[in-house]
Amino acid sequence: MLLDIQNLKIEARGDDGWTPILHGVNLQVGRGEVVGLIGESGAGKSTLGLAAMGYAAPGLRFAGGRVVFDGTDLLTLPDRRRAALRGRRIAYVAQSAAASFNPAWRLIEQFCEGPKIHRTASRADSETFARELYARMHLPGPDRFGLRFPHQVSGGQLQRAMVAMAMACRPDLIVFDEPTTALDVTTQIGVLAAIRQAVESFGTAAIYITHDLAVVAQMADRIKVMRHGREVEEAPTRQMMQSPREDYTRSLWAVREFRRPERALPVAGHPAIRIADVTAGYGSALVLRDVEFSLPKGATVAVVGESGSGKSTTARVITGLLPPVKGRVELNGQTLPAGLAGRTREQLRQVQMIYQMADTALNPRQTTRQILSRPLSFYTGLTGRARDERLEQLMDQIELEPKRFLDRLPGELSGGQKQRIGIARALAAGPEVIICDEVTSALDQLVAEGILRLLSRLQDEQGLTYMFITHDIATVRAIADEVVVMRQGQVMDRGARAEVLDPPRHPYTAELLASVPQPDPDWLTRRIAEGAA
Amino acid sequence: MASTLTRTLRQMPVTAMLGIAIIVAYAIVAILAPLLAPYGEAEIVGAQFEPQGGDHLLGTDNLGRDMLSRLIWGARNTVGVALVTTALAFAIGAVTGLLAATLGGWPDMILSRIVDILMAVPALIFTLLALSALGPGVWNLVMVIAVLDATRVYRLTRATAMNVIVMDYVEAARLRGEGTWWIIRREVLPNIAAPLIAEFGLRFCFVFLTISALSFLGLGLPPPMADWGGMVRDNAALITFGDTTPLLPAACIAVLTVAVNFVVDWMLHRASGLKD
Repeated sequence: MLLDIQNLKIEARGDDGWTPILHGVNLQVGRGEVVGLIGESGAGKSTLGLAAMGYAAPGLRFAGGRVVFDGTDLLTLPDRRRAALRGRRIAYVAQSAAASFNPAWRLIEQFCEGPKIHRTASRADSETFARELYARMHLPGPDRFGLRFPHQVSGGQLQRAMVAMAMACRPDLIVFDEPTTALDVTTQIGVLAAIRQAVESFGTAAIYITHDLAVVAQMADRIKVMRHGREVEEAPTRQMMQSPREDYTRSLWAVREFRRPERALPVAGHPAIRIADVTAGYGSALVLRDVEFSLPKGATVAVVGESGSGKSTTARVITGLLPPVKGRVELNGQTLPAGLAGRTREQLRQVQMIYQMADTALNPRQTTRQILSRPLSFYTGLTGRARDERLEQLMDQIELEPKRFLDRLPGELSGGQKQRIGIARALAAGPEVIICDEVTSALDQLVAEGILRLLSRLQDEQGLTYMFITHDIATVRAIADEVVVMRQGQVMDRGARAEVLDPPRHPYTAELLASVPQPDPDWLTRRIAEGAA
Repeated sequence: MASTLTRTLRQMPVTAMLGIAIIVAYAIVAILAPLLAPYGEAEIVGAQFEPQGGDHLLGTDNLGRDMLSRLIWGARNTVGVALVTTALAFAIGAVTGLLAATLGGWPDMILSRIVDILMAVPALIFTLLALSALGPGVWNLVMVIAVLDATRVYRLTRATAMNVIVMDYVEAARLRGEGTWWIIRREVLPNIAAPLIAEFGLRFCFVFLTISALSFLGLGLPPPMADWGGMVRDNAALITFGDTTPLLPAACIAVLTVAVNFVVDWMLHRASGLKD
């Protein structure tokens, strides 16, 4: 047994003393074995992953248990000997490679740092090894790749460079903490393949932390499900995928089953929004070229594409934040003034936004009541009792109890609750069109599904039109009536959901769909065999 | 509300409590100066340089004025003028900084370049030049120092406000059609209040020191107003005789500066959200 964590307890410092966040967890990893840790945020996955290196983040402390790595208990080891193990025998790959690399040093310098500190290899040997690893990870021009600075390579390449760096001292164990969560699906598949290949060819053991079931199914030999700092269940991957024991695990498995039935849309009249021939950009750099599509009244139109495809820029053109260079935006058949300043309050009221990060979308110094009251009085002039009644009505619509939540600050709400307040703020204006910019991608799957159900219900009740920006195909399948596929600022394909997706009509759509991990343990192997990565 | 206040007080470190106690004591002395001072501010009550003790607890100064009385009146003058100056500097700097951050574009460009020019000239030299051109006088002093210090406040306000302006909730307010003032007042200002308040404490110290330094140079508060910097200069000759009298006003300056810094440290700590 390479790593044996027994009855580990970790506590976090709060305002009123220490509160436990891991309640006695066991984790065993054998040599060359890959164990997946899965659960929603706050489950204690990352804390457990870091504890495997004998590390507790600031504000946390070990409160009991043992972390035995290759026969020694890391928790009782002096700091200096623990530091000697880290990087050499246990390595760590973080979620955001961009935030973890030092922007001032070339990639290969940072690669050689570990071997130099631990004196495991000469500079020349570690450079040779770096080039070998870069080649194995399919990085472009492996001999020259290391000479680049972190900002000169793409996000997927940087993440692969970080995996290579973790291998630099040929460690026995690597902890991967959500290494592909921040990547597009088309990029993710390459990183997943690189990780798996590296781990297999060096016989390295790994702990793979993620909230994405389909991803962990590709990577792990064994899966452990966690929730609220406790173990829910653990089993070999195939067994776990086919017959999960616990209800909670089954609910994780079932999340992607929400499907909105196909509906017939009213065709008559003007579309709610029509984007005609729009070209737009920042300065001389054009981000959108001749974009044209419309949002039929009462429909959900999903706009999909990788990051940088122009999805969010299109939203900025519609809302008037970015006046287009060419083309126009129509609301109910009327051309909207290009810039925000030219639009009337009534025109502004009709188009509302819901944001991806509920944390930055709500002012941390305003209570729910203040956040929701302002659009009510601003657009409809409601005051006093009438406004209070409308507030309670809004809270009921988003399924939050008015008495409990109206006087809370955003900091006192969970991620899902914050997103609901964001929805209520948009509803308060009484809009016709709501632009949803990646509204579920920062949320856990169970919570995200709740938000999708809420949005569907609100649409049925109030006849809202949604423009749903997302990179998650599962979400598109769940709720979209129509789909617009964008790439590099251009519309690749658009039409009804079934026409565009089933089967994929455009080759790029096909590529996007094929890159979405499936909860089938053989999916990645098959995709690699097909030559996708 | 009351419970959060007591809780804040309970968690306050000893240094911050000490600092607040000292500041409150200074404030009381400044406000109650006419009642506390045994003699008038410019009243000549004895011989020159009388020793400490007897009728005059801290002795008399170079003109025979009571030292203790002048220290007490000096609290009112020096601290009062420094407070007014800092407040004015903040009014100018924070408003322009917020406007520059919120409006962006040309207003930001013009304001920032003006500030760059003002900051390019060493502050003390600029103050000396301006004061010799305008002539001494309390209001000239206040205006010149306030304008110069406003440049620092502008920079800080603009930088912190920029971090808030990019937040989605500010964009949401813009999309709603809110005006510039509403966005500044409701969305931006509450979120940058903590660093601004801390900066107010620090600025106050610098203004206070600048006024004392100018008074020492003879360009500060005009005589016969009692102020601590001037009092150090007036009695500086005594140092050669091993008398501690000129150190007393200097000590008043030092203690207040340290006290304000204790409090500011603690506030910055709270604002940054650090727990250790």
